[in-house]
Amino acid sequence: MEEETKQARTGWLLSAPALAILLLAASGPLLVVLVYSFLVKGQYGGVIWTFSTEAWFEVLFTRDIFSDEVTLADAHLAIFWRSVKLSLMTTAIAFAVGFPTAWFIATRPPNRRALWLFLITIPFWTNLLIRTFAINEVIRNEGILNTLMIRAGLIERPIQILYTDTAVLIGMAYVYLPLMVLPLFAAIDRFDMRLLEAAYDLYASRWQVLRRIILPLVKPGIVAGSILVFVPSLGAYVTPRVLGGGKNMMIGNFIELQFGQGRNWPLGAALSMLLLAIVMVALLIYVRAAGRGTGHG
Amino acid sequence: MGKSFDVTSLPGVPFVAGLAFLALYAPIFTLVAYSFNDANAISIWGGFSFRWYEAAWANREVQAATARSLVIAASASVIATSAATMAALGTTRRGAFRGQTFIYVAINQPLMVPEIVTAVALLIVFATVKVATGYAGLGYLILAHSAFCIPFAYLPIRARLEGMDLSLETAAADLYANPWQTFRHVTLPLMAPGIVAGAMLAFVISLDDVVITEFVKSAGQDTLPTYMLGQMRRAITPEVNAISTALLGLTVALLTVFFLLTRKRE
Repeated sequence: MEEETKQARTGWLLSAPALAILLLAASGPLLVVLVYSFLVKGQYGGVIWTFSTEAWFEVLFTRDIFSDEVTLADAHLAIFWRSVKLSLMTTAIAFAVGFPTAWFIATRPPNRRALWLFLITIPFWTNLLIRTFAINEVIRNEGILNTLMIRAGLIERPIQILYTDTAVLIGMAYVYLPLMVLPLFAAIDRFDMRLLEAAYDLYASRWQVLRRIILPLVKPGIVAGSILVFVPSLGAYVTPRVLGGGKNMMIGNFIELQFGQGRNWPLGAALSMLLLAIVMVALLIYVRAAGRGTGHG
Repeated sequence: MGKSFDVTSLPGVPFVAGLAFLALYAPIFTLVAYSFNDANAISIWGGFSFRWYEAAWANREVQAATARSLVIAASASVIATSAATMAALGTTRRGAFRGQTFIYVAINQPLMVPEIVTAVALLIVFATVKVATGYAGLGYLILAHSAFCIPFAYLPIRARLEGMDLSLETAAADLYANPWQTFRHVTLPLMAPGIVAGAMLAFVISLDDVVITEFVKSAGQDTLPTYMLGQMRRAITPEVNAISTALLGLTVALLTVFFLLTRKRE
């Protein structure tokens, strides 16, 4: 018993500097945001220290200045809907491309697998801004995609892709693809390929094998990959800013706006907390899926 | 091996995987190629040249931003790695204790919270502190970077410690080494590759950060990525390609070393 107390003390003492830094510049400030979401906005930004639930109300509703009539805040709902829609589509595209890629890597000879995985990890660790910028150069009107298509005679003039939702979608699918491939690979790597032999021996078709055997068994990897892509997509800031232009905002850019031109810090704080809450729910699902995943292996 | 039917093959898999690798690398290669382009616009190829590297090298703003990025990344990775090393020593290789899970979750917290939320939180807190203290130096950025670098430094160090053989330390203690000598001559050298790997990862993560830096920085405190973000809203010249390529080269070099250090011995 005493030994355990001593160990706990040493553990806490050694962890104290790390915890102090995180409290100062990570966890602590989050609590301040929570407090700010219940204050009144200052006229030129900042807050007035009076308790109010107005900011949370404003997340979904607007009150007419003259008649006090309450209506749904359409502009806000449009931004939430765009964020969720684009994030779900990003996840779907990343899965459609990521599953074959992960399957391909997992079925390479063992000595080659590490190299293929390394090729996925390099873009993953490469600066997100640089990768977004690279996509920008490909899809812009004078970019190679349009230039090549014009040369090939497919189109006569450049298609405007940059600064549209499609651009944001392409960009996010591109930057987050490795986050889908890595957990899928981990799941497929654990998958017992002899099951396939058994299934084919029993005259299963390829489609049946995929749907009845492969997909159910690698499901934890699918859930993990989907959440790892969905979560950063929902909170994306750089990609929509660089590829989406000013009008195609996502939640991240809308939050920034409240601290800049919008001058509504409490609303920005409430939106941040809402985003955080959604992300936490997604991560809980992830942890449970990952927990089930280890149960198989 | 004589099998007429490969059970692991699925139709279309090599094709889609091939496209995926092409899609991952083609934009990056294009970006790098155009950094050597001797033309003013990014879309026309005007021959090979280093002129945009020279332009970037001579640009005062780029020089200052580079210096700032390196100072912040170096300071943050030293601070984060020191704190993470201690925390890793405190939370591995001993019996579980009350609060251990809490510490683990707290350390990994920056990985879970969306960057924009942390950025906004730091903006609010540091804005108040800046007004109250009058200090507006690089300290805020270094502190913010240290915090989000901690989990990246912690994870490789912890992995290294967990794979280490405890019996060597017991042997040292049996041979009358005191705890400090054991740590200095046995534990520390053994965990060194993990520490170096953690420090490099922290350095790369700090060097690449855009969102938190963009919100925390005071006027005139651009780092390389925030400088580039600013440029992207104007007419982009291949100078941005040159800076990106240089940064890319540095990242890939550091990561290669990282993978060599953390590679499992066969």
